[in-house]
Amino acid sequence: MQYTEKVMDHFQHPRNMGQIENPSGVGEVGNAVCGDIMRIYLTVENNVITDIKFQTYGCGAAVATTSQLTEMVKGKTLEEALKITNADVAKELGGLPPVKLHCSNLAADALKVAIENYQQNLKQEKESVKNAESR
Amino acid sequence: MRTIYLDHAATTAVDPRVLEAMLPVFTEVYGNASSMHHVGQAARKLVEEAREKVAKAIGAAPGEIYFTSGGTEADNLAVLGVAEAMASRKGKHLITTGIEHHAIFNSFAWLKENGFEISELPVDQFGMVNPADLEKAIRPDTILVSIMHANNEIGTIQPIAELGLICKAHKITFHVDAVQTVGHLPIDVNAMNIDLLSMSAHKFYGPKGVGALYLRRGVRIKPHLHGGEQEKGLRPGTENVPGIVGLGRAIEIAVAEMAEENAREAALRDQLIAGLLKIPDVRLNGHPTRRLSSNVNVSIAYIEGESILLSLDLQGICASSGSACASGSLEPSHVLLAIGLDHPTAHGSLRLTLGRENTAEDVDFVLQVMPEIVQRLRKMSPIYPENLRK
Repeated sequence: MQYTEKVMDHFQHPRNMGQIENPSGVGEVGNAVCGDIMRIYLTVENNVITDIKFQTYGCGAAVATTSQLTEMVKGKTLEEALKITNADVAKELGGLPPVKLHCSNLAADALKVAIENYQQNLKQEKESVKNAESR
Repeated sequence: MRTIYLDHAATTAVDPRVLEAMLPVFTEVYGNASSMHHVGQAARKLVEEAREKVAKAIGAAPGEIYFTSGGTEADNLAVLGVAEAMASRKGKHLITTGIEHHAIFNSFAWLKENGFEISELPVDQFGMVNPADLEKAIRPDTILVSIMHANNEIGTIQPIAELGLICKAHKITFHVDAVQTVGHLPIDVNAMNIDLLSMSAHKFYGPKGVGALYLRRGVRIKPHLHGGEQEKGLRPGTENVPGIVGLGRAIEIAVAEMAEENAREAALRDQLIAGLLKIPDVRLNGHPTRRLSSNVNVSIAYIEGESILLSLDLQGICASSGSACASGSLEPSHVLLAIGLDHPTAHGSLRLTLGRENTAEDVDFVLQVMPEIVQRLRKMSPIYPENLRK
């Protein structure tokens, strides 16, 4: 199996790896049975992703795709970020071995879950503010 | 960067002494071993000398050795050939285990699809077959039992002589896939009650593309290639004379140096296992004592095998894993699942297999870099307990 130089570079030097304390949203996809879990932490300010970090359990492709995704979405609005697909991430890495395209390329899915989580948190926050005001 | 090759169960380098024996066969003794003229007969002589060496190494008669293109072909010929020859005589029931190599595993899958009945013996947590389970699985219509000598992934060595005795008592043909053990463990086909035995030259410092099947005289079998009369018609096709010469020389050297090399490798293996087990949450896969002197197989919790392999390769270390990601399939190794590992533990497996060129310095280097690799990957892992958010 052959990985591109860019995949190996991200595997060796993952960008934005780690956790965010008090994130705006967190998203996780995959499971340990499949051998891939990706978790993404977001900080969102004024609808823009100002910080993003990830943790990945999985193969070289899994690590590289999450790392690559974080670079692609930092500084983007949520709408812009949501347009990025797993295929875009693979393309940006110069391609992935065919067997990895579906099993380990889930970073964009993790991002979507993280954004949904942020939107839910935002909604709950607004509701609790509203409830507090009406008391 | 120095290369530390620790994947000898996958393949070995050709021994220079083997290459030396092979080289003239490409350009000087280049005859077709089936030709009547003296150029052909010179090649024939070399083939028969190699046959004698192989036979001697496993306690067989030269007439019971058939050269093939490797272990897979020998395994396929044994299983499919006996099944086809015996189906109309005695029945269509065969017995194997859940930890065989794909050359056996998939031959049995094919037979199952084609109307044969297969019983798969279980193995314990160390990968051992219990002879009592074999005894229980035997039926009046059982035609073949096929059990590997030592497992290619976890190195567990089966009680072959005992299993062979059971087959002999029930007059059932017994095949042994000995691809991982020929040249590494003493084998005597008579003392171990083996009727068929597969081997592959590149697992013991011979060339790739050549193997052999031992077939006890009188055992019924049908060929699977159809052609000329080479190898008594059982395996037609022009003989791979350089390969066969290499196989013969390689087995001769391996058997002569076996005891000394096993002792040396076992010491390195134990040093490697002890060092790896010092890393927290690492477990040994396979049998603690009944294992190949070259085999180390561990599972490293919370991280995935392919990531470990890539990290080791960046340090010049060549290893292997039973993780799904490294095999190109979606399921981790059937062997690791058969010994009862759950999926995450199987995904985190690492196999290091030692060989002739490995030294204590190699083992020291692996043990020096492994903790850093494990720490780096665990730091990245969302399932590592220290990373779980409160």
